[in-house]
Amino acid sequence: MLSYTLKRLAIAIPTLLILIVVSFVLMHAAPGGPFTSERELPPEVLANLNAKYGLDQPLWRQIVTYVWGIVTQFDFGPSFVYKDRTVNEIIAQGFPVTLTYGILSFVVAVVVGVTLGVVAAIRQNTVADYFAVGVSIGAQVLPNFVMAPILVLVFTLWLGWLPGGGWQGGQWQYVIMPVIALSTSFMASIARITRSSMLETLTMNHIRTARAKGLPERRVILRHALKPAMLPVISYLGPAFVGMITGSVVVDVYFSTGGIGKAFVDSALNRDYAVMMGVTILMGALTILFNLVVDILYGWIDPKIRY
Amino acid sequence: MLNRRIAASVLALAVAAPALADNPVPEGVTLSEDQHYTFWLLDAIKSMDPQVNTDVEGSDILRQLFEGLYNEDGEGNIVPGVALEHAVSEDQKTYTFTLRDDARWSNGDPVTADDFVYAWRRLADPATASEYAWYMELMQVENAPEVIAGDMPPEELGVRAVDDHTLEVTIGTPLPYFPQMLVHASTFPVHAATIEEHGDAWTRPENMVGNGAYKLDEHILGERVEMSPSETYWDAENVVLDRLTALTINDVNLGLTRYLAGELDRVDVPAGQYPRLAEEYPDQATSTPYSCSYIYMLNVGDQGPEALDDVRVRKAMSYGIDRDIIVERILQGGQRPSYNWTHWATAGFEVPEIDYAGWDQSRRMEEARTLMEEAGYGPDNPVALTLNYNTSEDHKKIAIAVSQMLKPLGFDITLNNMEWKVHTDRMQAQDFEMARYAWCGDYNEASTYLDLFTSYSGHNNGEFFNEDYDRIMKESKTAEDPQPLYQEAEEILAAEMPVIPIYHYAQVDMVAEDIRGLPTQNVMQTWYAKDMYRVAE
Amino acid sequence: MVVNQQKMRALSDRLAEDADSPGRSLWADARRRFLANRAAMTGLAMLVLVTLFALFGGTLAQWSNEELDYTVMGMVAEEGGPRLDNGHYFGTDELGRDLYARTVQGTQVSLLVGVVGALVAVSVGTLYGAVAGYAGGRVDNAMMRAVDVLMSIPYMFVLILILVMYGRSMTALFVGLGLISWLEMSRIVRGQTLSLKNREFIEAARATGVPAATIIRRHILPNLAGVIAVYATLLVPLMILTESFISFLGLGVQEPLTSLGALISEGAGTIAYGTIWQLGFPLLFFVLTLFGFFFVGDGLRDALDPKDR
Repeated sequence: MLSYTLKRLAIAIPTLLILIVVSFVLMHAAPGGPFTSERELPPEVLANLNAKYGLDQPLWRQIVTYVWGIVTQFDFGPSFVYKDRTVNEIIAQGFPVTLTYGILSFVVAVVVGVTLGVVAAIRQNTVADYFAVGVSIGAQVLPNFVMAPILVLVFTLWLGWLPGGGWQGGQWQYVIMPVIALSTSFMASIARITRSSMLETLTMNHIRTARAKGLPERRVILRHALKPAMLPVISYLGPAFVGMITGSVVVDVYFSTGGIGKAFVDSALNRDYAVMMGVTILMGALTILFNLVVDILYGWIDPKIRY
Repeated sequence: MLNRRIAASVLALAVAAPALADNPVPEGVTLSEDQHYTFWLLDAIKSMDPQVNTDVEGSDILRQLFEGLYNEDGEGNIVPGVALEHAVSEDQKTYTFTLRDDARWSNGDPVTADDFVYAWRRLADPATASEYAWYMELMQVENAPEVIAGDMPPEELGVRAVDDHTLEVTIGTPLPYFPQMLVHASTFPVHAATIEEHGDAWTRPENMVGNGAYKLDEHILGERVEMSPSETYWDAENVVLDRLTALTINDVNLGLTRYLAGELDRVDVPAGQYPRLAEEYPDQATSTPYSCSYIYMLNVGDQGPEALDDVRVRKAMSYGIDRDIIVERILQGGQRPSYNWTHWATAGFEVPEIDYAGWDQSRRMEEARTLMEEAGYGPDNPVALTLNYNTSEDHKKIAIAVSQMLKPLGFDITLNNMEWKVHTDRMQAQDFEMARYAWCGDYNEASTYLDLFTSYSGHNNGEFFNEDYDRIMKESKTAEDPQPLYQEAEEILAAEMPVIPIYHYAQVDMVAEDIRGLPTQNVMQTWYAKDMYRVAE
Repeated sequence: MVVNQQKMRALSDRLAEDADSPGRSLWADARRRFLANRAAMTGLAMLVLVTLFALFGGTLAQWSNEELDYTVMGMVAEEGGPRLDNGHYFGTDELGRDLYARTVQGTQVSLLVGVVGALVAVSVGTLYGAVAGYAGGRVDNAMMRAVDVLMSIPYMFVLILILVMYGRSMTALFVGLGLISWLEMSRIVRGQTLSLKNREFIEAARATGVPAATIIRRHILPNLAGVIAVYATLLVPLMILTESFISFLGLGVQEPLTSLGALISEGAGTIAYGTIWQLGFPLLFFVLTLFGFFFVGDGLRDALDPKDR
C-alpha cells in the first residue's frame, strides 16, 4: 500500500513535466503573445518586455528556468498581464475561493446524492423512487450554464433573497448559488449510481443473511449494504472532480466569484503564459492527488483490490 | 530665464475656471444619506499603474485614484487638475504649467512638478516597457521617439521641473489640442519613492500612494475594487460620495439583471435592450454619444484579396450595408449609422457631405449593383471574402447581418470568429481580408481618428497608402484651422473606401435615478467620482 | 453525467467469459432483453425522433438557418415568438433568424460532434488497449503507465488551450473531444484482451502462425464488439455535453453554423428578456438527444450483461 502510494507519487513528477512541456509549446506556438496590443508595440519596447519576462530565451531554456524556479523556490513567476501580481498571489487569491465552493459542492453532491439514491433504492418503484429518479435524470442533463442564469433570475431578481454574484470573503449568501449550480448535476449522477448499486447490493447473500437474522432494516442498510454499494460511487468521484474543475469556469463567469477557473480562461485569452501554466500545473497536481486518494479509499472499502 | 520670456507672451488659456473648485452640489439639493456608488466592470482591472494601464476601465479607476494636470467637466471642457493654468510660447512649442501648491499625495507629501517629470520619463523609458509609451510620441514631446527607442536616456525627454510648482514641456511640432491630451491617464503623476520602494507591487492597496480624490482600499482581482475618499486631496471637503465600489461581472446580461436587482448603480445596456428599458425606466436609461467608431477594415495591401483592389467592389460593399438596420434593429441604443470615420460628436469636427450618406437604401443597392457589374462580379460570379471578428455577441450579430445584406450583391462572406489576441495578431500581420475594427478617441479631436490611416501610422493594418492623405494630415498639424483639412481627409476615405464605416458609438447605460454628476455632453465619457453625488429621493 | 466505469468493467468481464461460446445466442438474448426494456425502447424512440428531425426537419422549414426576417428583427420579444402564420414554428433568435431551421441544423451538428467524437475516442481507445493487452509484458506496462500519466492531465484545460490558440474548427472539436475520452476505453479493452489472449481459440490461432495483427482483427476485436457498442453509445451524450460547454465559452462552431449547445447558451443569456422559446426549443432537443443515448446505452449494457440490473 505504501509502496503503491509512493509509486503513484513518483509517476506524478513526469506527468507534471509532460504537462508543463505540452502547455508551454502549445502556448508559444499560438498566434498572439501577452504583449499583442491594439497598437503594434515599437520593436524596442517589445524587446524590453520580452527580456523582462525572459521570452527572448530559447523555448527549452524558458522551460528549464521555469521548472527550476518552481522546484527551488516554489516560484511560478510574475503575471504577464496583471503586472502588480505574481502567479503565486493570483492563485493564493483565487484558489481558496474555488476550493471553498468546490469542497462544499462536493460534499453536497455526495451527501444529497447518496441519500437520494439510497432512499430511492429502498423504496424501489414507489413515488419517492420515481421522484428521485426523475429529478436526477433531469438534473444530469441540464448544463450548469443554463442553471446559473435561471438561479440568478429567480433568487436575485424575482425573489430578492440572494445577491446575484460576488464572493465577499465567502459569506453564506454568496456561496449558496455557486454551490447549487456546481453540485446539482454531480448530485444527480451520484444518486443514480447509488440507486442502482444499492439495488444490486440488496440482493446479495450477506444482506439476505443479515435480514434473516432479524436485524433492523436501518442497521442492515447502514452497516452492511452501504459500504459495498459505495464502490461505484467512489470510482465516480475522480471524473466528478475533473468535472467540477470545468464547472468552476462557469461559476466564476456567472457569479463573479473571482476563482481560479476564470483566471485560467482569462489567462488563455490574454496569453498570460505564467498564470496559465500555474493554474494548469495546480489543476494537474490536484487531479493526481485526488485520483490517488480515491484509489486508496477504494482499496480501503474493497479489500479484494490489491495494489 | 527662458521661462520669464514665455510668461510675458501668455496666450489666452483654454482653461478658464477659477483656481478654487466649487462644491459640485448645487444649492437647494438635498443629499441622500447613502453616498455609496457601485459601478460595473466587464473585466478584471489589469493594472492600476497609470503608465502601465491600457484599458478604458482601468482609466476609469485611475481617474479616481490619481489626478493629472487637467480634468474634464461634464461637457468635455478641460478644467484645472493639479495644474491651475498654462502659458504657451510664441512658437507654440513650449508649454509652461503652473501647478497648485496645495496638491498632496495620500501620504502627505506635496505633489510637485518633479512627480510629473518622473512619471513622463517613466512612461517613455524603455525599461518600463509601457504599452502606452507611444502616447509620449503622440503628444510630440521632444525626444520622445529617441527615448522610447533607447537611443537617448529618459532625462533627455522634453519635460522638466522649473521649480516645485512649474512644469515645462517642449514639443516637437505645434499641437493645438495638446492640453486636451493631458487628461489621459498615462500622463498622471506617480510617487517616485513608493515605486522605488515596492517595485511592481506599488499599486497594491497597502502600498499605493496616489494624489486623486479617492484612495484604494481593496482590489480583489476579478471580483471588486473598493475606494474611499482621500483626506489629503486638495479639494477633499467638496468630495461627496463616501465610498466607491467597482464590481466585475463578465456577462452583460447578468450585469443588467444585477442592476435591476439593485446591486449596481450603473451598468452598460446590452444590445437591443435599450428601447424596452427606456420605456420601463425612463429615468434610468440613458444614451449619450461616445467617441468610438466601428468599421470593417479592408485589406487593400499586397496581401489582400485581388477583388478588394478594385475601388468599385469596396464601394459596392459599403453601399450594400444597411446601417439603419444595424443601429435601429440590432443595437437599438441610440448609436448613429456612419458613413465617415471620425465620430460625429468630436469637438470642432463637422462631418463633410458624403454622397451616399444622403441616399436611401434602395438607391445605394442600385448603385452597388451597377458597380459590381462594372467590376465584373455579381451573384453569378460572387466575390468570396472572409470576415474576421473578435468574440462578442454584438460583433457576431452585426457580422451575420452584414453577410446577409451583401449576399444579393454577389458577396459570399464566410464568418470567422476569433478571440481578440488572434484577431489582432492576424490584422497586424496583414493576414486578413476584411476585419471588424473599432477605434476610441484618445482625446477629443478629429486627428485621433484620422491619423490612423496615414501610411506611417502604427494602426493602418489594411495598408491603405495614399500620398494625398498623408500630405493633408501632415499639413493639418500646423494649420491655423485644421478642420477643412480633416474634412478633406474624410472625403478621400469616402472616395477610396479602404474601410467601411458602420456606426458611431453611444454610451448606453442604466444609471440609478438619484445619481448626479455623470457626464452628459462629454463624448469621451470621462467621469470623476469627485463630481458626483446622490440626491435624496 | 459520466460513464459508470464499474459497470463497464463488469460487462467486459462477462463478455470475455462468453467469448468461447458461439456468439449468436448472446446477441439474440441481448436483443430480446433490450426489446423488453421499456426505458431503452423509449430512449430508442427519442433517438429515432431526434434523428428524423435532424435529417428531414429541414424540409418543413420555411426559412433557411441564416436568413434574417426583417419583419421581426428588432422586435423579437414582441413579434419573434413561435407562430404558424409567418413560418417560425419555434420563433426566431435575437437577429430574427428562424429558430426552427437553426434547431434542425444545430441538432445535426450536435449529433455529428457527439457521434464522431465518440468514434474517435472508441477507435483510439480500442486500438491502444488491444495492442497493449495483446503485446503484454513490458510494452503493456509502458503503454498503461502512459495512460496513467495522461489520466492526470486536466484535459478540459488543454482542450480550451487548443481551441483558443488555433481557432475553432469542426476537426479541432472532433479530435479534441475524442482525445479527452479514449483513456478509460483503452483500459477496459486492454483488460478484456488480456483475458481473451490466453483462451484456447486464440492460442490455437497463434500456434498455426497467424500474425498478431490478424489475430487482433479476427478474434479479439469481434469479441470486444459489445463493450465498444455500449461505450460508444454512452460516450455520445458526454461529447454533446462537453461541446455545449465549449460553445458556452464561445469556442464552438463558426456562425452561421450552430449547435444545440450554442443555441442553449444564447437562449440562456437572454432568459430575462421574455424570449424563453430561444432556450426552450433547443433545450428540448438537447435533452431528448442526451436521454435517448443515455437510455439506449444503459439498456444495451443491461441486455448484454443480464446479472446487472
